[in-house]
This record gives sequence, structure tokens and C-alpha cells, in this order.
Amino acid sequence: MLSLVIFLPLAAALGLCAVPAPGARTVVWTWIVACAADLALVIALWIGHGNGGGISYEEKVRWIPSVRAAYHIGVDGLSLPLLALTALLFLVCAIYSLRRPPQVRAFAVLFLFLQTVSSGLFAALDLLLFFVFFDLSIVGMYFVIAGWGHGDRTRSALKFFLYTFLGSLALLLGFIGLYLGAEPHTFDMVELTRTPALAGSPGLAGLVLLAIGLGLAIKTPAVPFHTWLPPAHTDAPAAGSAILAGILLKMGTYGLIRIAMPMLPDAWRRYAWAIIILGLVSVLYGALVAFAQEDLKRLIAYTSVNHMGYIVLALGAAGAAGEQAARRLAVTGAVTQMVSHGLITGALFLLSGVLYDRAHGYDMGRFGGLARAAPVFSGLVALGAFASLGLPGLSGFIAEFQIFTGVIGGGGPGLVVAGALAIPGILITAALFLRLLHRAVLGPPGELTSQVTDVRRSELAAVAPLLALSAAIGVAPRFLLDVIEPVSSAVVALVAR
Amino acid sequence: MTRENPADLLPELCVLGTAVTGLLTGSFLPRTRQWIVAVLCGTGLVAGLVTAGLAARRADLTTFDAFMLDPLTHVTRIVVTAATLLVIGLAAGPLRGHRRESEFHTLLMLAALGTIVLGAASDLLVLVAAYLLAGIPGYVLAGFGKDAPGTEAALKYYLMGAFLGILMLAGVTLLFGLGRGTSYETLAAGLGTAPGGAVAVGVVLLLAGLMFKAGAVPAHFWVPDVTEGAPRVVAAFVTTVPKIGAFAALYRFAVQALPPGRDDWPLLVAVIAAATMTLGNLAAFAQRNVRRLLAYSTIGQAGYLLVPIAMAGRTDLAEPALLFYLAGYAVTNLGAFAAVIAVGRDDLLAYTGLARRSPLLAVSLVVCLLGLVGTPPTAVFVGKLLIFGAALDGHYTWLAVAAAVNSVASVFYYLRWIVPMMRRRDGGGERRPAPSARWIAYAAAGGSLVLGIGAGIPLAIG
Repeated sequence: MLSLVIFLPLAAALGLCAVPAPGARTVVWTWIVACAADLALVIALWIGHGNGGGISYEEKVRWIPSVRAAYHIGVDGLSLPLLALTALLFLVCAIYSLRRPPQVRAFAVLFLFLQTVSSGLFAALDLLLFFVFFDLSIVGMYFVIAGWGHGDRTRSALKFFLYTFLGSLALLLGFIGLYLGAEPHTFDMVELTRTPALAGSPGLAGLVLLAIGLGLAIKTPAVPFHTWLPPAHTDAPAAGSAILAGILLKMGTYGLIRIAMPMLPDAWRRYAWAIIILGLVSVLYGALVAFAQEDLKRLIAYTSVNHMGYIVLALGAAGAAGEQAARRLAVTGAVTQMVSHGLITGALFLLSGVLYDRAHGYDMGRFGGLARAAPVFSGLVALGAFASLGLPGLSGFIAEFQIFTGVIGGGGPGLVVAGALAIPGILITAALFLRLLHRAVLGPPGELTSQVTDVRRSELAAVAPLLALSAAIGVAPRFLLDVIEPVSSAVVALVAR
Repeated sequence: MTRENPADLLPELCVLGTAVTGLLTGSFLPRTRQWIVAVLCGTGLVAGLVTAGLAARRADLTTFDAFMLDPLTHVTRIVVTAATLLVIGLAAGPLRGHRRESEFHTLLMLAALGTIVLGAASDLLVLVAAYLLAGIPGYVLAGFGKDAPGTEAALKYYLMGAFLGILMLAGVTLLFGLGRGTSYETLAAGLGTAPGGAVAVGVVLLLAGLMFKAGAVPAHFWVPDVTEGAPRVVAAFVTTVPKIGAFAALYRFAVQALPPGRDDWPLLVAVIAAATMTLGNLAAFAQRNVRRLLAYSTIGQAGYLLVPIAMAGRTDLAEPALLFYLAGYAVTNLGAFAAVIAVGRDDLLAYTGLARRSPLLAVSLVVCLLGLVGTPPTAVFVGKLLIFGAALDGHYTWLAVAAAVNSVASVFYYLRWIVPMMRRRDGGGERRPAPSARWIAYAAAGGSLVLGIGAGIPLAIG
């Protein structure tokens, strides 16, 4: 069943390729139906999994037996929310594409391919399989940016490819290090989690963590490895940006929780402070640079750096010595933040796509008074902005509240200082989103305002579910937290070994 | 007691037999029916492939005192015959009705035979004979078009081959004197007590010839010129097939002839490997001609292939890494050349808009090029994984890092080729791409994927 979830989109893509010259309408509707079916399957998986701690829907087929690599997949409370996010966000992008981008068939095929790759990554329980999906996500996104982007897209896409490919090869070297360090040699994540490799040689474990951490930090991205992100986002099509920020960035932090923390617990604890500082720098730097942006998409891109920084900070704090319960809270908050950021940033990027569609620009200074010209659009932007700055009642608050409580509650003056230093990040984000609303939505009309018409039905149908779900998590988060909590206590226990 | 059973050499005999029969038949056939020779050679290669496959299931043994039958030989046989078969398929379009069609196929078969022997020889004298047999038909093939670039390519290829061949012969003489024998078994025993410096000189001289065949730095100068000047089919052949034998021979020499415990071999080869991949990849950056680009890419690939050679004997991963990478490289590189032959143009701009003109061909070419980068799930990815593993396991972390950085750098020039393919404008390659080459491009791209996804099966057997 899990394999079906992963490969259903790919099968739909191949089907679309096989049909000679289908109409654009048929293509988009096939795409939507495939995504909807996939989402339904994921919801069924979620219900079937319940709130237990273990891995369900496990499948294992031998792949390369001589290096003990297998097609090994399964879901637990960490992968399920991300699988669901993947299915939802891709469905929403399909609905958004009812506006029919050029060469719609190739576009749909690429997105379906990316959906298979992303779901596969979040379900993989084998390092090699994880890597295959990790690498393919880069290839798929490259073609999305290079093929359907705007501006200096070839250059941005190339930068994205080279930078993240470098990260993926560092990751591969780290994986091989884990493989060689395990006795017997294996790529199996479950076995590697059970008996951590390289337990006897801290120096090597540190090197392997460095390689894996570098690979994942580039993908996350954490400052100073984030420079590929702003151009990639600015020049990508709206749906591509939504997937890049909503799903692909999560691969980095997901890898940290799934691979780096449980498989290299000693090294993670030893270098926890380096990770905390990396997260802290990302939080503050991302917020400050975002504040200085005039370009709407670059602004959202830098807030992604800020938001992903909270996750890195929380995961680092989970490795520092401290109260067990607080560390659990930090990990739960980190996973919640992944989901929340996916929903909110996905919505914001799609909304910025609406703006580009009408006025071919992202420059905030040239808009103004959108509330009068496009009231529904402005309402959605305002909701997204408030969710992103962490207003209570929306998902961002739930996530960030848990992260801060977890970090500061861990005890120890160091963690308190780290938490206190990160709080200005929230303030700056609040200020920049309020400034955004002030300049673009309120105020006198700008030169491009007259071109902006309100959201169309397909755009509303794409953005509304994301914000509604963010609000639902903000009001009644239990359904999500109940799934995550068993995993976060397991991860914290594994790191503490 | 020496085993001298001709049946052990059945695959080689199949190839040799069809080469000779092809030449004789071709002499009596009218020009319009020379395709019969191509069919004959194809059949011989299929027979060679089948017998090689059957032989692969037997236990290791030495035959005629100079010919090892082990996994290294089996894989060399299978990959060389399969790759030559693909080349014959590629030649079907451009060479149909050519004046020297049967000669072309005969030369191809002889070069393939030489390559197999090169990989299987466990005696220095047989190695030299195989070097010549694999080389001389190649020189002729390079000048097959009888045009100015072809002649230049052939001359350059020949002069370098002859010069480095003589150095190799000198090395063989030296090693013969030091080790009191030419068979690898004798050498492994005899070289241990010989003066280390002299052995090192002999080994370096021997390497000269094999590095020439492998297209590695500093014996790589022929690669771009031959790839650009020779007919496209020949370029596909000489950048793929002779290398297979050369790498097998290098590995065999390292494992079987060098006395155990010499630590200068890994360092020497590792440095050559790093230099080769770096130079190949950097030189490919500025190329505007796809054949020169592919030529430098093959030099880069030779650098990766030298990594398991350097790690020979230091880790269990070296042999599977080498063999798998060879197979993956052969199919992927031939796939890229097949796409070039199908499009029929050499400048990068001619590939503009290929994705619209013939989408399937564009997809195949993209798969092959990304395959050469080492993107999963293609065959080269699994090969690269094993190579990185071998380097790390052999405690040559810097070499693994160098290979990884080089892979990232190589993305740049492969993308320079891929990007124009997706543009809307039409670059004006041939309207109707050559059908046989097109199908071989599809097959090679598919084969690269299948070999990567199904990597477990060959690795488990080998």
C-alpha cells in the first residue's frame, strides 16, 4: 500500500506520457485526480497507523544484496505528517495549475515525478534509497526552474543544481562512512539506528556527522549554505517555489531527525552547540535579511531561512544536556514547524504567483492598496502573513511556542541564552510582515495595483485549504501532535544513548 | 600440468572466427550486399556473448599459462562483446553500402578481440601482443573516413600509441629481467626480492602503455582529437571499448603481478586518478563541440575508473566497483554517442529544441548525460557509490572527496548540453534522425536505468 502511495504519481506521469497528444484540460484533470487519490491513500495510511510508536506498512525487498542495500520503506509518526503534507501540497499545486502553464503535459509529468520522489524520500528506511530520492529531487526541481521559471532562470537553476548536488555528494560520502562503520556493513536505517555505527571512534563519527550535516544543511538551508535559495525561489514558477520551500527544504531537517540524530548520537551530543549556533545564526540572519528585501519572493525565501533555523535550533537543543521533557517538546515543535512552514510558505508562494500572473513583478514598492482592488487576495495574504509570524490560533504559533519552551525549558544558562537570542527573530519577522501588509495591501494604490484582479476560483481552491489547515492545527493541534509525540520521545531517547 | 583446452577460449574464437570469415566473405560480395558481413559479425558477437555468459558460471582457472578465466575476464568479455554489438548497430546507418564496409567490421572485431585478451592476459608478453592487437585496428579505424581530420586523428593516435607502446615494451623487458619471468605468478614471487627502485621504473614504463589505452593523464592527448576527427561511430568505439580491456589489465596487474605490500602503487595511481579526473572535467568546461565535450568527459570518467585500480587489493569493494563501473560506463557512453549519431551534428547549438523535435531522443540523451554525472538510479551511480566506498574503505578519503568534487564540477558541462535541448527555438539537426542510432540511444538509456535499478543481480553473481 505504501509503495502504491509512492508510485501512483509516477504511474500517472507515465500514463500521461504514453497518451498521444492529450488536451490541456485532460492533462490537468488527470493530474488533479491522481494527486487526490494519493492524498486519500495517505489519509487512509494515517488512520491505519493510529498514534502508535513503531513503524507500520513496512516493506522490504532486496535491492543490492552485496552491499546490503534494500528497497526498505515504512512510515512512523515522523514520516506520516510529511507524507500528508507532500500529498496535499502537490494536489494544491495541481489545482493551482488549472491556469495552465505552457507545455502543461511536461509540467504535470515533472510534478508527478517530484511527488513520487518526495513521498519516497519520506518513506525510505534505507540510506541508499533515501539518497536516490534525495538526488532525484534535485534533478526534478532543476528542470522545473530551468523550464518554467522567469528572469535569469538558467543561471538560478544551475546554481541550485550545483550547490545542492555538492551537498548530496557530501551526504553520500557520509552515508558510505556510516555503511563502512557499521558491523556488519549495511545501509539499513533500522539496523543503523538500533546499533549506531562508529560508536568506538569519535573522530570518525565526527567526520561522518560533518559530511551528513553539510549535505543536509545545504538542503535545509542553514546559513551560511543558503545562498542558492533566494535566486532559485525568485526565478522558479509559483508552484515550483511552493514545492521547493514546502517539501524539498524539509528533506534536510527530516534527514537530521531521521539519520543524523539517532545514528550518530554521540557525535550529535558532542557537537550540539555547533548545531544550536548554526540554527541561531539562521534564525537571526534570515529574519534580518528578509527585512531588507523589496522583492516579495526573496522576502518569503529569507523567512524560510529564518523558519528552518528554528528547526535546526530545536534539534540542536535536543542534543544538549537538559530536561528530558523539554527536549521532547523541542523535537515535537520542530516536526510541527516542518508541517506548518510547508503549509504557510506554500500558500504565500502561490499567492505571490498570483501577483506575478497579473502584474509580472514582485516589487512590493510598486503595489499598494491591494485591499481595495483585490479584497479576497488581500485577506489571504494577511492570513498567511499572520500565520507566518506566529500569531496564536494558527499553526506557526503552536510550532514556535513548543520550540521555544523546549529550548529554554531545557535548563542550563546556555540554552536560556540561545532561546532568548532567538526571540528577536520572531519580532523581526512580525515587523517585516506588518510592513509588507502596510505597503502592499494597505495604503495608496501603487503603479501596478490597477493590473491586479482578485483571485480566481482555482487559485482560491489552491490556497484556501493550506491556510484552513494551518488554522485547524492552530486551534486543535492534538491530531497532529498525537502522531508526532511517540516519535519525538523515541528520538530523544536514542540521542541520549 | 598446464591446461590447454581451446574450448576455454570459445568466446574469443567466436570473435576471431567471424573476423576472418567476415574478411573472406566480404572479398567476394558485391558492394550492395556487404551488409551480410555486418550480420555475420553481429552473430559472432552474440555467440561470443552467450558463450562468455555460460563460461562465467565455471570456477576460476588459468588456461594456456597466460589466460586467466576469472570474474574480471568474464565481465571484460561480456561488456566488450555487448558494447561492440551496439557499435555494429550504430554503424548500420552511416556505413550501409560504404566501399569498405566489410573491412570496417573486420577491424572492429579484431580490436574487440585484442581488448578481451588485454583484460584476460596474465603474462606480460601476451599483454603486449594484446596491446598491439587492440591498438592497430583502432589506428586504421580512426582514419577510416580518409579525410583531413581523420588522417590527423589517425596519425596522432598512431604516433602516441607507438611511442608509449615502446615504453611499455621497455618496461616489460625490465620487469622480465627483475622478476625472472613474464607470467604474473612468477613476477609476484620474483619482484619481492628485486631492487625496489628498478621495479618502480619498470612498473611506470608498463603503465605508460596501459594509461594510453585507458585515455588517462598524461597519455590522454589523443582522445579529443580522435573523438572529433574520426567518424562518429569509430569515436564511440575507441572511447569506450579499448578502455575496458586497459582497466581490466591494470587491475589484474596490480592484484596478481605486484608483490603484496607495495604501498607506492596506490599513491601513484591515486595521484594519476585525481589528475585525470580534474583535467578531464576542467577541459570539458569550455567545449562547444559535443564530441570534444564527450572526449574530455571520457577522460574524466577514466579518472574515476582509476580509483578502484589504486585501491586494488586494499578493499573488497575495489573489484565490484571497477567491474560495475566499466559496464555502466560502456552502456551510458555509447548511449550518448548514439544520440550524437542520431542527431548527426556536432555543435552544441544544433541540439537546441531537441526536446520538441524528438522528445524520446532528448530524454534518452538526458538520461545518459545525467547518468555520466552519476545521478541515481542509473548504472554509473551504483558504480560511483562503490568507487567512493572503495576509496573510503582503502583509507584514501582525499581521493573520494576529489572524486565527489569532480562529479559536481562535471554537472556544469553536461548541463550546458542539456539546457539548450529544452529551448523552444529549433537548432536544425537532422529532420529525421537515423533510425538505428535512435533506437540504440533509447536502448542504451533504458539499459543504463535497468542496470542501475537491477544492480543487485549482476553484483550478486559477480
